[in-house]
Amino acid sequence: MIQQIPLEYYLLLSAVLFTIGTVGVLTRRNAIIIFMSIELMLNAVNLTFVGFASFMGNNAGQLFVFFVMSVAAAEAAIGLAIVLALFRAKKTVYVDEVNLLKW
Amino acid sequence: MMQELIYALPLTLIFILSIAVIMVDAFTGKNKTVAYYFSIAGLLGVIIAAIYTMTLPSADLAKMAYEGTISKGMLTYGGYAAFFDILFAVAGILTIVAAKPYLTREYGEYKEFYSLIIFAISGMMTIAHASNMVTIFIGIEIMSITFYVLAGFIRTRITSVEAALKYFLLGSFASGFLLYGMAMVYGATGTLQLQEISAKIATGEIVNIYLQIGLALLIIGLSFKVAAFPFHQWAPDVYTGSPTVVTGFMSTAGKAAALVAFIVIAKSLLPTNFGATLINDKLIVVKEFTENATMIIALISAATMLIGNITAIAQKNVKRMLAYSSVAHAGYLMMGIVANNENGFAGIVFYSTAYMLMQIGAFVVVGVLERDDTKFQQISDYSGLRKSHPYLAAVMALFMFSLAGIPPMAGFPGKYLLFTATIQSGYTWLTIVAVVSSIISMWFYIGLVLNMYFKEKEGDALVADVKSSHFTIAVSVIGVIILGILPSFLIDLAKNFF
Repeated sequence: MIQQIPLEYYLLLSAVLFTIGTVGVLTRRNAIIIFMSIELMLNAVNLTFVGFASFMGNNAGQLFVFFVMSVAAAEAAIGLAIVLALFRAKKTVYVDEVNLLKW
Repeated sequence: MMQELIYALPLTLIFILSIAVIMVDAFTGKNKTVAYYFSIAGLLGVIIAAIYTMTLPSADLAKMAYEGTISKGMLTYGGYAAFFDILFAVAGILTIVAAKPYLTREYGEYKEFYSLIIFAISGMMTIAHASNMVTIFIGIEIMSITFYVLAGFIRTRITSVEAALKYFLLGSFASGFLLYGMAMVYGATGTLQLQEISAKIATGEIVNIYLQIGLALLIIGLSFKVAAFPFHQWAPDVYTGSPTVVTGFMSTAGKAAALVAFIVIAKSLLPTNFGATLINDKLIVVKEFTENATMIIALISAATMLIGNITAIAQKNVKRMLAYSSVAHAGYLMMGIVANNENGFAGIVFYSTAYMLMQIGAFVVVGVLERDDTKFQQISDYSGLRKSHPYLAAVMALFMFSLAGIPPMAGFPGKYLLFTATIQSGYTWLTIVAVVSSIISMWFYIGLVLNMYFKEKEGDALVADVKSSHFTIAVSVIGVIILGILPSFLIDLAKNFF
């Protein structure tokens, strides 16, 4: 008999992915890798949404995922443009070298 | 269908306008005045539409899914939503008018600026109209993504790009938390519609652990967006690096929009109307938990205003000082959410209106006097302003007094409303902290005024480049004084909203 994978497994996986993303944002110094970590966080949340939606038999969560994906695409366009503008102005993508603004 | 479009008229119009401005921009070539006047006229149209939707009757919408909503519970109309539509549109007009001379001088006037401002306003209005997690998320993202671009608008200037990068990385990081919170609340209640969530929490039909995690993540995400302690560190950097007119817009309209999202979420996730007959073990746990969550928001609010005001004292740069004072004001405004009653929400409505006027006015004065990004922004540069520019010195002093909360300026009744609402709901200690921190804030607000009026300037006097910024400053001054002297009109209006 095939057993269904319990909901907790999905939630645990997405929590782990979200944590990896958070740690990535907090520890890495390359703007593009930080950005990739943020995308990982968003996709971890998508997994939570799909898991809940599937287990509750309610497709509002799956619908939300489409919105999240399109927002993530828009964010990618803007984010890479900003990194490009930074590289043109300063020839670096490392965030610890970008430190003009501080009190 | 047609009727729903009419009820959502301001929202419909602003989205059409945001596309139309880009089109106008594309087809008018080098002519810059068309896009400028078209944006202003469009925003005036949105204001008229919002006033019209306030007067619409709600009775014939009885067939709609939830009370006060349209499009199957996705959007609200009228009431506070329409009021915030007007607030955001007014902030947009004030910013666009002041931005024309500023941008022409500092970087060159690019017409995208106007369409970006309108895109940001469309995001804010979506938040104001939201009654579903999806619409809140879409609104916050439209607004934030536009702000990332606006912060880096002067893309050849390193401070502007740095501000954009910091804002982008931290803002999308915060969006991740916000989204995770929404996912957990969805898992706890099985719905994304806020009225349904509220009903389910009040009857206890929820998975408690998911709701707790979800609410904690939502508070983190929203604190990031309103720049509250301990997630406020991006705000001073971003507000200092961005073009000054954009800072004025972001720190007022953007903050008000994030607070509307906070109000909408707090109202449905922290219900206070638990039915006495329904009390059972499960509900007692939920009730205890919502009380703890309110306590956490109160602590965040208290820490935000203390940290914001104390750090502002140490600042030498006027723009950065105003940025820290904007962090402190996020703390004051969050008191309304802690109060979690109609007086508190009315206080937020009133104070965010007053704050919008005085903060945009103050930033426009800074923008008029500064040159080449960082020159003439120090507090010492402002000494002797009374002699060289008596008019600018007077209005700046007025805005400072209003921000400090001295009657008869608009800041005073706003603070009074928030403080009394917080006392009403039993958080007297928070009000004491707020009073202490507003006394601390006198130090740097009055310090700037003293500098302008009682110190002599060594070297050349500042050159002011006011032009059409006169309009913005005049509207802000008149608004601040009228709201200060006759606050009851807006207070009564705001109390009917919630």
